[in-house]
Amino acid sequence: MGSADAPAVGGKAAALGELIHAGIPVPPGFVVLAETFGQVMAVVDPAGALVRAVAGVAAGDVSAITQAASRLRERITALPLPGDVVAQITTAYESLAPPGGAAAPTPVAVRSSATMEDSATASFAGLQDTYLAVRGPAAVLDAVRRCWASMYNDESVAYRRRMALPEDGLAMGVVIQRMIRPRAAGVMFTRSPVTGDRSVVAIEGTWGLGSALVSGEVNPDGFTVSKVTGEITGRRVGAKLRMHSFGPNEPGISSSAMPAGLRGRPCLTDDEARALAAIGRRVEGHYGVPQDIEWALLGARPGDDLALLHGEPADRIRLLQSRPETVWAAHERPPVATPKPRASDHVLTWLEKPL
Amino acid sequence: MEGLARFPLPSEIADAPGAEDWRSMYPYFTRFQPGDDERFWFYNSMHFPEPMPAFDTITAEVPYSAIGANTARVFVFPTTLGIEHRIVNGRVYITANPVTDPEEIGRRAAVFGERASYYYENWDALYEGWKVRMRSLIEAIESVSVPELPEFEDPSVVFESAGVAQNHYLRENFHRCIDLFSKMWHHHTEMLMLGYGAYVVFFQFCKQAFPEISDQTAARMVAGIDVIMYRPDDELRGLARLAVETGVDDLFTEGCSPASVLAALADRGEGGKRWLAAFDEARDPWFNVSTGDGFYHHHRSWADDLTVPFTALPRYVAQVRSGTLAARPTAELRAERERIASSYRALLASAEERAAFDQMLGLCRRVFPFVEDHKFYCEHWFTSQFFGKIREFGALLARFGVLAEAEDIFQLHHTEVDQALSDVMLAWAAGSPPLGGAHWQPIVASRKRMLAALKDWSPPPALGPVPTALNDPAVRMLWGVTQERIEAWLSPSADEIRGFGASSGVVEGPARVLADVNQIGEIRDGEILVCPVTAPSWAPVFGKIKAAVSDIGGSMSHAAIVAREYGLPAVVGTGDATKRISTGQRIRVDGDRGIVQVIG
Repeated sequence: MGSADAPAVGGKAAALGELIHAGIPVPPGFVVLAETFGQVMAVVDPAGALVRAVAGVAAGDVSAITQAASRLRERITALPLPGDVVAQITTAYESLAPPGGAAAPTPVAVRSSATMEDSATASFAGLQDTYLAVRGPAAVLDAVRRCWASMYNDESVAYRRRMALPEDGLAMGVVIQRMIRPRAAGVMFTRSPVTGDRSVVAIEGTWGLGSALVSGEVNPDGFTVSKVTGEITGRRVGAKLRMHSFGPNEPGISSSAMPAGLRGRPCLTDDEARALAAIGRRVEGHYGVPQDIEWALLGARPGDDLALLHGEPADRIRLLQSRPETVWAAHERPPVATPKPRASDHVLTWLEKPL
Repeated sequence: MEGLARFPLPSEIADAPGAEDWRSMYPYFTRFQPGDDERFWFYNSMHFPEPMPAFDTITAEVPYSAIGANTARVFVFPTTLGIEHRIVNGRVYITANPVTDPEEIGRRAAVFGERASYYYENWDALYEGWKVRMRSLIEAIESVSVPELPEFEDPSVVFESAGVAQNHYLRENFHRCIDLFSKMWHHHTEMLMLGYGAYVVFFQFCKQAFPEISDQTAARMVAGIDVIMYRPDDELRGLARLAVETGVDDLFTEGCSPASVLAALADRGEGGKRWLAAFDEARDPWFNVSTGDGFYHHHRSWADDLTVPFTALPRYVAQVRSGTLAARPTAELRAERERIASSYRALLASAEERAAFDQMLGLCRRVFPFVEDHKFYCEHWFTSQFFGKIREFGALLARFGVLAEAEDIFQLHHTEVDQALSDVMLAWAAGSPPLGGAHWQPIVASRKRMLAALKDWSPPPALGPVPTALNDPAVRMLWGVTQERIEAWLSPSADEIRGFGASSGVVEGPARVLADVNQIGEIRDGEILVCPVTAPSWAPVFGKIKAAVSDIGGSMSHAAIVAREYGLPAVVGTGDATKRISTGQRIRVDGDRGIVQVIG
């Protein structure tokens, strides 16, 4: 599975497949194909009338969007799934249990993987649903249905109307991955989000799950790592007041106060930051364009009862997502300099300019 | 910000207590004038971190005379004239005269383009010629003799009808030293300003294309590999190997005294003889390396004071014995320099940018051997010899009772030395004692007291109004005075000491503050060196320390380059780190951001 499979599995799943191809570690998981979403829609809206209603609303008409979209969402979530789909998902889910089995049902992340998302021109970031720490086959099936329904989230529909994107031919795969319990997690850009500099990797992170950072609940730690020399050229320790985690049995993510000892303590060592940057470079090299990556780092946090997970930083990194960076990609800048007849002409021109 | 925050005006500076008569040490043309209150001046702590002994002001007077001539008159730089300097409370403040009128810039640019491109396009051949001229200046300063002034003239004066007695040569030969020093500085600036220009243009390109590139990384793409400044250290390594080979290595122990080791070697038969012969060979010229930057007479060279080389030798000898003394990995360093340059090149946006990058990097690498090596010829080799000759004139003045001791000559301005020499010339001719003892000795004593008092004065980093625009390329290029730096000067932080990040990395450790570079032997393993200045001659101790902090120096200084090669974090040009840090304090050195913090 790779980028070429996006029409079959959706953007997120295809990108994860591409990472696996490139030898980048990602948590184990499986995909519910986009085709299944098509089968479901054929039952939910056989004549396509509900979809046409969604397509027909005006971009700014919030109440009309809510009305048209909610009808589809209700029908999708209420639909009983075909027996073979249930069986396949259940079997695949059970195969994600750690070797030797576990006392409690395996926690998984259930993520929407729309076929149009994460192109280099439109990010669709966060428009469709993701469910974390889902446990047990019934809950997983329910989360899959809710992901499908999120194709018709009010914001998704509003975004498509605003971007004048079509409603026909929409499809969505669903990614189900085993949850990992990271020591720290966050995002990284393989160019500076501030200056657009392509020679650095900018990393942001916090203790625990990266959702605390993505949702804006913490001021993350920041590291800037030179791609060329591996030097850490920027370092910022954030005041990380909240931490996201999930319990051993109960479903979902909880947000709690960050233990005092961790708030002002950087969530990555320099070696870990460098190892992350190196993986970021590999992914960028694989795709040929700067990437926007979600990462997690395995290992126990200081103060945890768990035995510290030893091992090279590079072996403890898992990527959860990678997509092309879109903000700077859209920037056109004039060349910093162009060749001149003689090399010394560069100096003459510069010294002739009043500063 | 203007109008709200400003620096003290030159006229507002009070005389330092105990040194109220400091003006008497320096010539009238170094004094602040009433109109100077309207101009922005900054303390040139990079070159003059200490109060100036009267003689040493020649290291400001002559270079500024040469630099300004080069930029304003010889090459006709379009946007800058020369640099003016003033002395207050023993400290050298400078300001640059920019050219801002577009018409004037255009007129100058036409002349500059023609002249500068001649040098850039013929750089390698001109540099070869430069080395020949510098070597002959060095030979000339080495061959200056200080007249003996015997009771009876040498017979040759009569029988070869020289027609001129020795006392004449007292002045002629002293003037010859001053004139050669002046010529040396003209040669020094001849290619340097253009060399820096090429570097700055490449540097600006890197900063625009890669806004987050560190100064050090840009420097690493151009840094030379076979740089002359590594040679003194390489010679020491060679001597360490020879000591083991010839079986005299037992003499090199930590804390050994150079004099007793050399004496003992004379009794060690063939091995000792071989080592001493190699030592003499290495010494000239490679020990003509100053423990400072060539701006103060008391920064002695290795040749003058063997403490520095003999501090390094025991460690190198131990490394030879354990098989861990590595030669500089030049092939690896070269490969790494190419890897860094080609990695950045590959990240550029277009083929056009890559072509421009190739041109600028190529030009930079063409001029860089001069930029890196000129200091050895000028500030180290020539200047060590120059101060040595002046010291010999000092010995003569002491012999005639004008001065109490030879070193006291450095308490006189060179025009005052002229007077003292006239006194001796007359006295020798007349057969009477010189009158200078009663005149100069109290002055020298009072100046020494004043210099001690001036050491306690903290010079403001700048004087006068905050400039609205910093439009002199020389000030930015050579001293790194930028708008941000001026703002940092206006709002100093209590627990942070700011300088230039010269070599990246962050470390903590105990500080070893050396007020005087001659205390180099006190450094212990794992300490962070805090010193007024680091020069190439300090390279041998870089293997011992964790990081280096200096009062003076820029990110282009040799110390910065050595630190980068040793992978040691370094912050240079802090201005007053040696005053604000004491030995034993734990400090944190952030070589990326150029910040030093006292943490306990």
